Amino acid sequence: MSEGKIVSRYTTGARINHWITAASLILLALSGLALFHPSLFFLTNLFGGGQATRAIHPWIGVVLLLSFTGLFIRFFSLNLWKPEDTVWMKNLGKVINDQEEGMPELGKYNAGQKLVFWGQSILILLLFCSGLVLWDVYFEDYTTIDQKRLAAVIHALCAIGAILIWIVHVYAVIWVRGTLRAMTRGSVTRGWGFKHHRKWFRQEVGKP
Amino acid sequence: MATLQSLDIRRRSASTEVPPQIRQSAVEVAKLIDVSKCIGCKACQAACLEWNDLKQPIGYTDGTYNNPTDLTPASWTVMRFTEYEHGDDLEWLIRKDGCMHCDDPGCLKACPAPGAIVQYTNGIVDFVQENCIGCGYCVKGCPFNIPRISKVDRKAYKCSLCSDRVSVGQAPACAKACPTQAIYFGSKDDMIVHAEHRIADLKSRGFKNAGLYNPPGVGGTHVMYVLHYADKPSLYAGLPDDPHISPIVGLWKGALKPISLAVIAFAGVFGFLHYVTKGPNEVSESDDKKADEIAGGRRP
Repeated sequence: MSEGKIVSRYTTGARINHWITAASLILLALSGLALFHPSLFFLTNLFGGGQATRAIHPWIGVVLLLSFTGLFIRFFSLNLWKPEDTVWMKNLGKVINDQEEGMPELGKYNAGQKLVFWGQSILILLLFCSGLVLWDVYFEDYTTIDQKRLAAVIHALCAIGAILIWIVHVYAVIWVRGTLRAMTRGSVTRGWGFKHHRKWFRQEVGKP
Repeated sequence: MATLQSLDIRRRSASTEVPPQIRQSAVEVAKLIDVSKCIGCKACQAACLEWNDLKQPIGYTDGTYNNPTDLTPASWTVMRFTEYEHGDDLEWLIRKDGCMHCDDPGCLKACPAPGAIVQYTNGIVDFVQENCIGCGYCVKGCPFNIPRISKVDRKAYKCSLCSDRVSVGQAPACAKACPTQAIYFGSKDDMIVHAEHRIADLKSRGFKNAGLYNPPGVGGTHVMYVLHYADKPSLYAGLPDDPHISPIVGLWKGALKPISLAVIAFAGVFGFLHYVTKGPNEVSESDDKKADEIAGGRRP
């Protein structure tokens, strides 16, 4: 594959935006899990101890919200649901067996990627709102204890959901070869574009 | 302070290690507060501040005798005054509020910091501030709204039942100071027997619903009340009628923890198995060729 035969997929700005989001999400998962299960409390050592973990976690959450908002604005219109996405979902069994012949041509994102996008959008919003209720340093006096209890459970459930989506997201990159370079170098090979996102590929190469 | 009585620990927050069990002789203790004998003098509050070397900053008055108006990080016990009107009668119900030392402590269940909350074999639930991370989960776990987080050091504080005094055979400072002996301290069994005498006496004087407050919803408590109106505990400044650890906290700190980690582990294992059975999803040479045909001679 010659270096010339590539298709641009992400701008430098989008890549930096993505990796800030990725780093904050991973740090949030580590610090959050540390306070979620006693057997993972040792993870607080990564953040300078229990008190420091408790203090830092919500601030990383603020970074995530701002950063993810950037991604949302960049990509939400490309993630609107299309009729071919429903077909793709119905053939999910074929997709995970790498038998994509006869599937509709896809734009920049397939249905799985769109579900990751919308799932994280909703969960991060819920996590941020419930997180504010739990951020006692600044917001202790604004909610009742019953509301704080509910927020704690919602926060935990949404966090588990976000971690599961993150696992799907990361595994898809590991499984589908040639994907990672989209976020590290900003481009993919022509063959990758043809195989996975043909409609998008046609548009990109058709550009003057 | 370090944990006192390390051989006498029954439960330790956020810990899976088996506690030491070599001592077999633990006697469960209890404080019995006879509300019917309380005159509201606040000697217990003063004794608590003095023994524990705490200083409650001067606050404000809200027009009642409640002073301070609520528990604080420094005020681990407060008298709560209720004017109870029934018929032509006005009664002053004065309840000494503070940690109830639940046998099934919600604070300890909720706490994520190993060893920040311990329960001794004698039943006392103690906060170990050096291990506290200030998350406020104990506040959410407590059915009695007792723990308070300091705005200064972000640590949780509450009544220790003078665990330091009890460990050397002394009664808590409040019990020592009470001028009417409305606060008794001893083994829980003795306190229940003593309460029965008090309740019989109250009943003989017309308080037909007098009784002991030792709520079973939290496994019983190591601070108990003798109430004239045991059928309506909430008369006494909102003492919960049937306290129990909130089911939301039960879910959060119970089933959710192992199920969540199992589901996450399953997702990881599923991905691994998918990869080793299906192999990577690679672009074939024919895909590359077809792509080049579409792109033509262009180099976008």
